[in-house]
Amino acid sequence: MELAKKVVRRILFYVVIGFGTAFFALPVLWLLSAPFDDRPTYAVRPPREFTLGNFQEILDNRYAVGSLVNSTILSVGTMVVVVVAAALAAYALSRARVPGRDGLIYLLLLLSSVVTGTAAMVPIFLLIFQLGLIDSHFGVVLVLSGGLLPAAIFLLKDFIDTIPRSYEESARVFGASPLQILRHVVVPVARPGLATIAVWTIVQVWGSFLTPFILLRDPDKQPAAVLVRTFYTEGGSPNLGLIAAFSFLYSIPVVLMYLLAWSRYGFRFHGGIKS
Amino acid sequence: MAAIEIAGLTKVFPGNVRALDALDLSIVDGEFFALLGPSGCGKTTLLRTIAGLESATEGTVHIGARNVTALPPGARDVAMVFQDYALFPHMTVEDNIGYPLRIRRQPKASRSAQARGVGSQLGLDGLMARRPAALSGGQQQRVALARAVACHPSVFLFDEPLSNLDARLRLEARTFLKRLQRELGVTTVFVTHDQAEALALADRIAVMEAGRIRQLGTPREVFGKPANTFVANFIGSTPMNLLRAVAVPGGVEISGHPLPVSADLADGEKVTVGIRPEYMNLSVAPGAIPGVVSIVEHLGTSSLVTVDVEGLLVGAVVPEDAEPEPGAQVWLTPAAGRVLVYRDGELVA
Repeated sequence: MELAKKVVRRILFYVVIGFGTAFFALPVLWLLSAPFDDRPTYAVRPPREFTLGNFQEILDNRYAVGSLVNSTILSVGTMVVVVVAAALAAYALSRARVPGRDGLIYLLLLLSSVVTGTAAMVPIFLLIFQLGLIDSHFGVVLVLSGGLLPAAIFLLKDFIDTIPRSYEESARVFGASPLQILRHVVVPVARPGLATIAVWTIVQVWGSFLTPFILLRDPDKQPAAVLVRTFYTEGGSPNLGLIAAFSFLYSIPVVLMYLLAWSRYGFRFHGGIKS
Repeated sequence: MAAIEIAGLTKVFPGNVRALDALDLSIVDGEFFALLGPSGCGKTTLLRTIAGLESATEGTVHIGARNVTALPPGARDVAMVFQDYALFPHMTVEDNIGYPLRIRRQPKASRSAQARGVGSQLGLDGLMARRPAALSGGQQQRVALARAVACHPSVFLFDEPLSNLDARLRLEARTFLKRLQRELGVTTVFVTHDQAEALALADRIAVMEAGRIRQLGTPREVFGKPANTFVANFIGSTPMNLLRAVAVPGGVEISGHPLPVSADLADGEKVTVGIRPEYMNLSVAPGAIPGVVSIVEHLGTSSLVTVDVEGLLVGAVVPEDAEPEPGAQVWLTPAAGRVLVYRDGELVA
């Protein structure tokens, strides 16, 4: 009786796990097979006839390659702004004795998660319009950076809090200037944290749709995530070959970044939320 | 090499916390000087103010002939070893030791050679390519010392240099530290909360409480003649007996038992008598104060016997194998010249 119960429970467990795995694995399998299929469908199956023609079609598309470049510009640009600004802000917030410091950080974080991109889109559009930054990558970088900074500062401050002050004091007693302390001690010690924030920012921007969709009207400037929605055949049905091949290329950088970060730092988020 | 001269030093932290209170102190050139006290007494603040990591609210600090009160830490010609050693985790031992020289823009080759020289002087041969995380606590401490030695400062500042080591290693490191200081002859100030460490290492000790120095003297003076009951309580591995007494002609009376003392006291005056357990003789034959043995604690080569004298608990240290049985009737007699008398907490005689 006990044994039967155990076996049934085991079987149920694996069935549930199996469904869960299939749910997440099927789209990935489709992404791996459909780009090489000469006539892809929504079905997940090995390519009936192996072809690289879909990739040729991407090269022929006027905007496709450019959109990947645009995505790179936006991601790297935002990453630089977020990492530099968050590092300076987090360092200051971690080290300076500011009254109400923790309150300020939680308020920033709360506001940035309550007032999401969608809710703030109209005022942001108007703001960027007034600044004359519609259709510029700079405008998109600013808006995306603003959205990501609170969380980045929060994560990085927690990380920098774990670096003992005595490191910096020790360097100070030996006569190091503030800039030398930052270069020789703080940045090298905080490098895993900075790398985490950099990777996280790039992945966030790489996948962001709404902000660039609204702020960039010129298809020459749109990033991959926005452009992929225009891949239809003349008949008005989705061009699955093009979409699959494009998505395949689009996902490669994210996978590479993940592998790089994982191999170098083992993806550890230091600290965590302290009470 | 330099003396340190501190005059009227006051440090007030935000929130009106007075960590140092008009403190005067002279530390002689080449001296090994201990700042001793319980946590929160201001000893670390004093060390950090000498280093320049805290700025003085009032008063001055001189190192040698220079007034360094307003100078940044790097310009004071001091080297500090932190409690957690503060070794840079991303640098090798060699780079850590050579870091002060890197700040002084010494070329890489000469700084590497110098780091290796100091490293081998401190027994770090073969560890120079390691990262701090791959070293034991004792090795890390020696790297931190080597880094301080490598910059040839005129003053060493050590913040609780031994507290992160386990008990056995601490004794070894203590001897090592004392020998190193003797060899280099550099003025050294160190902070500790461990009275045994201060007694063992220092040439002179300043016992601090609440931002003030309660006693300044050699280990022998501080141990043998504590200037007040605070120091008497704090110094010594077994706490000093502080017994309430009443002055009578020719001496004092403890629970009605007379004890001769040389202090000049008014008759009937209430005082406190301090006698170290180590200076208290215990005998079966009649002596000064009778009592009943209540507890015997083994300390290795000796035992601490707590004797109940009509409700008053008095400690006495006896050699091993001479311990009385709990419940035994004994007599306590203080060693001649070892009875200290305190009036309102201050030493009278």
